[in-house]
Amino acid sequence: MDAFVTHTGTAAPLRRSNVDTDQIIPAEFLKRITRHGFEDALFYSWRQDPSFVLNQSEYAGASILVAGPDFGTGSSREHAVWALQDFGFKVVLSSRFADIFRGNSGKAGLLTALVDQQVVESLWEMIEADATTQVKVDLEAQTVAAGDLTAPFEVDPYVRWRLLEGLDDIGITLQRVDTIEVFETSRPAFAPTTLG
Amino acid sequence: MGKTLAEKVWEAHVVRRAEGEPDLLYIDLHLVHEVTSPQAFDGLRTAGRVVRRPDLTIATEDHNIPTVDVDKPIADPVSRAQVEALRKNCAEFGVPLYSLGHAEQGIVHVVGPQLGLTQPGMTVVCGDSHTSTHGAFGALAFGIGTSEVEHVLATQTLPLKPFKTMAITVNGPLPEGVTAKDLILAVIARIGTGGGQGYVLEYRGEGVRGLSMEGRMTLCNMSIEAGARAGMVAPDEITFAYLEGRDHAPQGEQWDTAVDYWRSLTTDADATFDAEVVIEASELSPFVTWGTNPGQGLPLSASVPSPDDAVDEVDRVAIERALEYMDLTPGMPLREVNIDTVFLGSCTNGRIEDLRAAAEILRGRRIADSVRMLVVPGSARVRLQAESEGLDQVFLDAGAEWRGAGCSMCLAMNPDKLTPGERSASTSNRNFEGRQGPGGRTHLVSPQVAAATAITGHLTSPADLVNA
Repeated sequence: MDAFVTHTGTAAPLRRSNVDTDQIIPAEFLKRITRHGFEDALFYSWRQDPSFVLNQSEYAGASILVAGPDFGTGSSREHAVWALQDFGFKVVLSSRFADIFRGNSGKAGLLTALVDQQVVESLWEMIEADATTQVKVDLEAQTVAAGDLTAPFEVDPYVRWRLLEGLDDIGITLQRVDTIEVFETSRPAFAPTTLG
Repeated sequence: MGKTLAEKVWEAHVVRRAEGEPDLLYIDLHLVHEVTSPQAFDGLRTAGRVVRRPDLTIATEDHNIPTVDVDKPIADPVSRAQVEALRKNCAEFGVPLYSLGHAEQGIVHVVGPQLGLTQPGMTVVCGDSHTSTHGAFGALAFGIGTSEVEHVLATQTLPLKPFKTMAITVNGPLPEGVTAKDLILAVIARIGTGGGQGYVLEYRGEGVRGLSMEGRMTLCNMSIEAGARAGMVAPDEITFAYLEGRDHAPQGEQWDTAVDYWRSLTTDADATFDAEVVIEASELSPFVTWGTNPGQGLPLSASVPSPDDAVDEVDRVAIERALEYMDLTPGMPLREVNIDTVFLGSCTNGRIEDLRAAAEILRGRRIADSVRMLVVPGSARVRLQAESEGLDQVFLDAGAEWRGAGCSMCLAMNPDKLTPGERSASTSNRNFEGRQGPGGRTHLVSPQVAAATAITGHLTSPADLVNA
């Protein structure tokens, strides 16, 4: 995973609440067995509507998505994170994220920065007035800045550390394999196995 | 100070704890299906890693498979490739797999409990958000993403921050005609789709203790729709009676040892929850959704709400958008909403008790000419059981379709889909836009309401049939 320290780019306003992962990527596209190439599937149904924000030329190339509350609810599909990344997003800003989506993002290297709804509203106004507004997300300082606005965001400290370092979770855990082996000797004898 | 059920199960699985780091938690059971696993197995292969505990891992085919012509090759080449990838991966990494055609194949959350693999006090994960189902046994069970699937395959552990705990206390017994589905839809409407974020919900009180294991699974299944990671019910005699004698349940002396331990898995009297919600069971009645998220639900006796009922601007926009998508007018009685398709099945309501309840209502009756009804058992075992009880014939005589086991129209990854504008009454768990097919409109209901609705062609409770 690539390290994430700061990111500066343009942002797209998604003025919707409760954006579930079925909207981010419909189930039809989950049949693929690859890890990349989901950009065509992102918000597939909504993109059929020419007026949808991501169909507006001024937001082409946006790398920060500013969304309404409860972003990423529903299905655990990590494909939702991959589709956002494949489309070019590095950061999603919202005042509330669903837990599984947020966890998946942290694993895959997409930053989900939790900000006050007031910050979301200010950013919406700013980027709707001028789509070329540069938004800077600084993970070291935990701030998002655009125009006159500088606001703090929340991120889990451990996820922040892993993203800053670009570390792979499995590699970290496998360093503890001795501890796992010790734990396994203490499991109850009645615990089931899946073998015949 | 005492501990909650969730905290007890958590503490029993901590492999490593260090300041400033998440706990490393041991996973007792990892359920795998075709959709969220191929990239995880690829990751293992690329890194030259193995599956640490194939004996604690089990796979089945459910999301993508057809429910008709199950003896023929899967017609959709993309679906077929994904199912074949699972078969190849399971063979290569030594993971036991129940394939289409096997008597134990079915929806992953129906298969685990039915085999007796889901037991009290365990940690259970799966690359599927409805893993919360298994919490009905007093297990800590939650959905994970594909990166985490790979992590569990490689290490049998997950690094996790402790969840907060929320008690959902249901005072009094559920009234006649009110089911676990009605209860959970009412809970979600009350706390919202984000109300459970960061929490494990523990369902307690007389209204929960009176539920069968099937009902408890329905309840825990939809915890995720309230935003919670997991739902739990403390194990009791009903749990032990369900488990005893199942294929993977402990036997002989081990059974006694296990039950002794399981009896300790209750929230201590002096434990505190981070939050509590109290539901008076006497106030509940059959519940349905009208909108495009599971929190947009009301009693069947209510009318379609208006954007003017919104609590704030965000809510107002959400109601407006939902009404437009659902093509509903404020003030219209929900009982007058006409339905084209009835779907009975899913990990929420595809178990034998659900099929029995619906069949009881349909016995000797016909579904409306304007309605198609799909009955999709949650597993091949449920299908066989239903057939041995003659339920298949009840459904067929009523004019419904009797299908093979799988996720089917719950998420429309297989050919079972709504067409644009088509409206369903569905016993599944999500009424998101396009969930059951692009442009499809979904009303979430209990199996009983589904059956009664199939008969009249509009949203109906069984009691309405008697009164009519």
